[in-house]
Amino acid sequence: MDTKATKAIEVTDLTVAYQETPVLWDIDLDVPPGVLLAIVGPNGAGKTTLIKAILGLVRPAAGNVLIYNKPYAAQRRIVGYVPQRGTVDWDFPTNVLDVVMMGRYGALGWIRRPGTKERELAMLALQKVGMEDYKTRQISQLSSGQQQRVFLARALIQDATVYLMDEPFQGVDATTERAIVTLLQELRENGKTVVVVHHDLQTVTDYFDWVTLLNIRRIASGPVDDTFTSDNLRETYGGRIAFMKNR
Amino acid sequence: MEYLSLLLQNHYTLIIVSIGAALLGTVSGALGTYAVLRRQSLLGDAISHAALPGIAIAFMLTGTKTHLILIIGAAIAGWLGSLVILSIVRLTRIKYDSALALVLSTFFGFGLVLHTFIQRTGNANQAGLDKFLFGQAATMLKSDVLTIGILGGVALVLMLIFWKELKLLIFDEGFAASIGFPIRSLDFLLTSLLVIAIVIGLQAVGAVLMSAMLVAPAVAARQWTNRLSLMVIIAAAIGAFSGVIGTIISSVTTRIPTGPTIILCTTVIVGFSIVFAPNRGLLLNRIRQKKNRRIFKLATQKTVLGERIQ
Ligand SMILES: Nc1ncnc2c1ncn2[C@@H]1O[C@H](COP(=O)(O)OP(=O)(O)OP(=O)(O)O)[C@@H](O)[C@H]1O
Ligand SMILES: [Mg+2]
Repeated sequence: MDTKATKAIEVTDLTVAYQETPVLWDIDLDVPPGVLLAIVGPNGAGKTTLIKAILGLVRPAAGNVLIYNKPYAAQRRIVGYVPQRGTVDWDFPTNVLDVVMMGRYGALGWIRRPGTKERELAMLALQKVGMEDYKTRQISQLSSGQQQRVFLARALIQDATVYLMDEPFQGVDATTERAIVTLLQELRENGKTVVVVHHDLQTVTDYFDWVTLLNIRRIASGPVDDTFTSDNLRETYGGRIAFMKNR
Repeated sequence: MEYLSLLLQNHYTLIIVSIGAALLGTVSGALGTYAVLRRQSLLGDAISHAALPGIAIAFMLTGTKTHLILIIGAAIAGWLGSLVILSIVRLTRIKYDSALALVLSTFFGFGLVLHTFIQRTGNANQAGLDKFLFGQAATMLKSDVLTIGILGGVALVLMLIFWKELKLLIFDEGFAASIGFPIRSLDFLLTSLLVIAIVIGLQAVGAVLMSAMLVAPAVAARQWTNRLSLMVIIAAAIGAFSGVIGTIISSVTTRIPTGPTIILCTTVIVGFSIVFAPNRGLLLNRIRQKKNRRIFKLATQKTVLGERIQ
């Protein structure tokens, strides 16, 4: 892997349509390595779709995605993914440790089962997210914040270089949110690139150093200080951002 | 003496049928777990009904009633049916349940037409095809049991080999895709395993009741455990147990057909599990709630008293 590459993620001319109308239109996006980036935009703006398109989970109508200059299929091992919590059945018969170990399935490849090494990695990741006491807990008996942390631990043991996270702060309390942010910033300090779908405009400047404003089109993308401006926000959200005071 | 050999002969049949039913129960119980967890319980129903025309066509083409050949016909048709359902969902805006109902009734109707046609043509060999409708376990032969054992064994071994992949597919498909597992192929594998589990049971249990063999043991098993591996084992055990008990009950009372008896046994176990299972059961939940309420009541009364004393 070329660590001196200038782009961790490079999206060019990306258009995605589920039905006739495009939900992402001609997106260009360059994410430099080692940033903590927030994707911000209203409901239905296409944030989840953008993440999925980068991961190759939805087929774009046009355009191209590169991770460190190579297509996603060649770079799977270095990409970690935290899906939106609501996309899985939390009543599935399994426990916390087992879910976290799923983060190693990609590295294990076909047929090989997780063993002692995977278990140790999973325990370390659970400690990082403060969930080590819950390792044998059935996953249906977790609060939403705990579920979110389990997903985070699963992504951590993927040991990726680029992380894509869909609303990791959804339904977590202030303490957990701080803990997660610290964790994400730690990842960035270690040279990882972290892309996070984020909804709380108030905390963007505190938590992130890059931001992408999205509403079907890419409105703006760049360092928070230059990009997170009231003009850009107005363009992203329409007139509905009165609560954002004097930015 | 004559009586004794007759008895032995009867027992021989009973043993063969019991083994066959136990094998069927094991395979459909284990694989049914995946259908239930994937919320595809009805897919089993669609496959078993869609398999019917395959049996008729296999018979018309070959003129034999060899179990294996009819099973292959059933498998192709059942598998085609599930493929049509998936394609309808993917290519049109028709929802999953509607596509399912559509395919089920179309294939089943076509199967009935073919069966009637075969009967009308008066082929001397045709008798016995209708057992695929309601099942006739009592006519199971040693060779049938062997077929069930081999095909079912292959399905179970594949399930074990791809254990982790299938688990991830069902729990978190998006994540599985993101780390590079081919979702379509795994889906294909899982559907094929379900098709095998279904078609090997058609002769004994029948198209109409086969999906219950698949779904009921898994539903009961879910009540008793929070672990996938245990759920598969318990479901398989319930399936096997019901198979044997159902066979024995229907053999001592000559008038009751085996398939429905097996299903009734499973249903009793499901009912018992829903009420009495330790964690998810209705009864213990109710008792626990009552007990908690009493404890909390006591606790609050105590604090109230304590405050008064102070
Ligand atoms: N599987 C799908 N089929 C059809 N349309 C879809 C599908 N998934 C999303 N859409 C549509 O695409 C648009 C973008 O959806 P997306 O989930 O990417 O938005 P989002 O920005 O993540 O929204 P939210 O903030 O609510 O999570 C929406 O209008 C949605 O209705
Ligand atoms: Mg979303």
